[in-house]
Amino acid sequence: MSENQSETTIREEGPAIDGKAYWKEVIRLTLALLAIWFLVSFGAGILFREFLDGVKLGGAPLGFWFAQNGSIYAFVALIFCYCIAMNRIERKYRIEG
Amino acid sequence: MDWTIFWVVSTFAIYIGIAVWARAGSTNDFYVAGHGVHPVVNGMATAADWMSAASFLSMAGLIAILGYGGSVYLMGWTGGYVLLALLLAPFLREFGKFTVPDFVGDRYYSDTARLVAVICALFVSFTYIAGQMSGVGIAFSRFLGVDFNTGIFIGMGIVFIYAVLGGMKGVTYTQVAQYVVLIFAYTVPAIFISLMITGNPIPQLGFLSNVKGEDVSMIQKLSDTLISLGFAEYTTTNKTMFDVFCITAALMFGTAGLPHVIIRFFTVPRPSDARLSAGWALVFIALLYTVAPAVGAFSRLNVINTVNDTTYVAPGEDYAAQAAALEAEGVTPSPAWFTRWEITRLVGFEDKNGDGIMQMRGPNAPDGLENEVTINNDIAVLASPEIAQLPDWVVGLMVAGGLAAALSTAAGLLMVISSAVSHDLCRRTFFKGMSDKSELRVARLAAAGAVMGAGFMGIYSAQLAFVAQVVAFAFGLAAASLFPVILLGIFWKRMNREGAIASMLTGLVPTFIYIWHFKLGAGKDAGPSEWFLGVSPEGIGFVVMIVSIIVGVLVSLATKAPPQDIQDLVEDIRVPGQRRPHGIADKGMAPAE
Repeated sequence: MSENQSETTIREEGPAIDGKAYWKEVIRLTLALLAIWFLVSFGAGILFREFLDGVKLGGAPLGFWFAQNGSIYAFVALIFCYCIAMNRIERKYRIEG
Repeated sequence: MDWTIFWVVSTFAIYIGIAVWARAGSTNDFYVAGHGVHPVVNGMATAADWMSAASFLSMAGLIAILGYGGSVYLMGWTGGYVLLALLLAPFLREFGKFTVPDFVGDRYYSDTARLVAVICALFVSFTYIAGQMSGVGIAFSRFLGVDFNTGIFIGMGIVFIYAVLGGMKGVTYTQVAQYVVLIFAYTVPAIFISLMITGNPIPQLGFLSNVKGEDVSMIQKLSDTLISLGFAEYTTTNKTMFDVFCITAALMFGTAGLPHVIIRFFTVPRPSDARLSAGWALVFIALLYTVAPAVGAFSRLNVINTVNDTTYVAPGEDYAAQAAALEAEGVTPSPAWFTRWEITRLVGFEDKNGDGIMQMRGPNAPDGLENEVTINNDIAVLASPEIAQLPDWVVGLMVAGGLAAALSTAAGLLMVISSAVSHDLCRRTFFKGMSDKSELRVARLAAAGAVMGAGFMGIYSAQLAFVAQVVAFAFGLAAASLFPVILLGIFWKRMNREGAIASMLTGLVPTFIYIWHFKLGAGKDAGPSEWFLGVSPEGIGFVVMIVSIIVGVLVSLATKAPPQDIQDLVEDIRVPGQRRPHGIADKGMAPAE
């Protein structure tokens, strides 16, 4: 109950939540994940494809596989990682998303 | 064909049943399903909303023809969800309104900005929906023996019932049912084809495996077969690396900027649900998108193996007797499915050298023979159950799956079109005092009008040349005109009204002119040498998007900073649970709790 009350006051006062520090952490997380997003698709599937195609994953050239399948798995993983990390950041700053 | 009718009729009955159950009682229900959709349910609805008739029927076949070049669709149409989850969806949900023009108009404190956003949203959605409706007409005319226009009228009738009655609420739950239908129809034949060709029941693994009983990988064998017949190698493309990069990027940013996808994330209760929902949406999409390249490759290999150099059996005669006679002579007859599909004209044979044998050849055929066999892209999926020799009831399910994909996408687009008229134009711009009740009435009316408009565009789609260029127009315009203003509106407080309008127009006009010129206008037959920087019309949206971001930033910096109220609003939407009403942005409409 007391926790609930303190949250209400935080909300009313606004600045009690350190929005700036929170946002900085969110941006850092977002940029890191977007870097991976770029690497698995544009990187592995397009820019470095010919190089990676020298390696085989099962019967498929690796760069080709990233372009047709691998990048998609990575995208799914990235979004769920983002959700988990965001929940953690929100808990740290006592934000209820 | 009886099974086809059975599946189409029974799935349509389910959709109507859901429509009656999920009626909308307020504008909140009608536009955003009362903000009460569970993230997993919304993920499933988003997947159906997203996967159009083209994803379901044509994509696998397209990848089969393009080989590595088809990857632009696979990466482009999935990678956008990462952008949605990380950059847009949770913040737009926290903003708490109904439509994309709501955000643009309120964040940039300008009805002009709102109107430009409405124009973008309407053009993108109408181009997209006409393609869906003509897909419905084709499905009916080809497989159910119904006239093309009648087919579209039936499709219009079904969508009319659940979109007009239930709004977003009805659309959401029918989309869930439609997802189940389409994913079942897609994956079951894929599993059996994978088993048949590679011995592995999981298509994604079969894709990496050896051909059953042989010591060569499926992809290697496909590549070797293609080269020996004079086609290009499967794992390469004739596009330049830069063009592949731009097309992929345009599709990704376009996906993230498409209004009918964005509004799906307004239906969940909280911002954290919005990002989770994007993850689930991609899981459900990936179920089809990771199977598609496998289906494409399997079917191309299988079609060549079973059709090439066989002796032609004409349709309309007793196939079994003819095939047996040919086999007695010691020659291989063409497969039964080819004969059956020839009636729909999706496959064809022209005996150019008069030897009665079906030669499949590429442009560089070593034996110098001409290609005599044409295979429509949709065959890879449509004929997959027959090729895998599955029972007739699975064969019949394919058409119901294609219709589910077309109707679910059409319904999502209808919601954008009708809310643009009833909410953005009427309630937010021209009749600001409108009550919730009359807005709901106008919304239903607008949805009804939008169904008619979409249907007629489908009927005249053959005459409306731009409809066939959905990929270039819809994605290019969404990427170049809508994505930048939404992104900057969240991540850059200093972005102002002038910058937003300049950025949207910079995105809209050049992209439109470029695509029109090279797809429909004077430059239709021009090759890559005439393209700007060698970028094809499908990829130009990305290049213009960069320019549009730069223009938006420069114009903003050169003009007055946005009011303090707006800057506070931007800070609010970045932190979940902190959204307070702000005079300038929210005077027309209060944000949702």
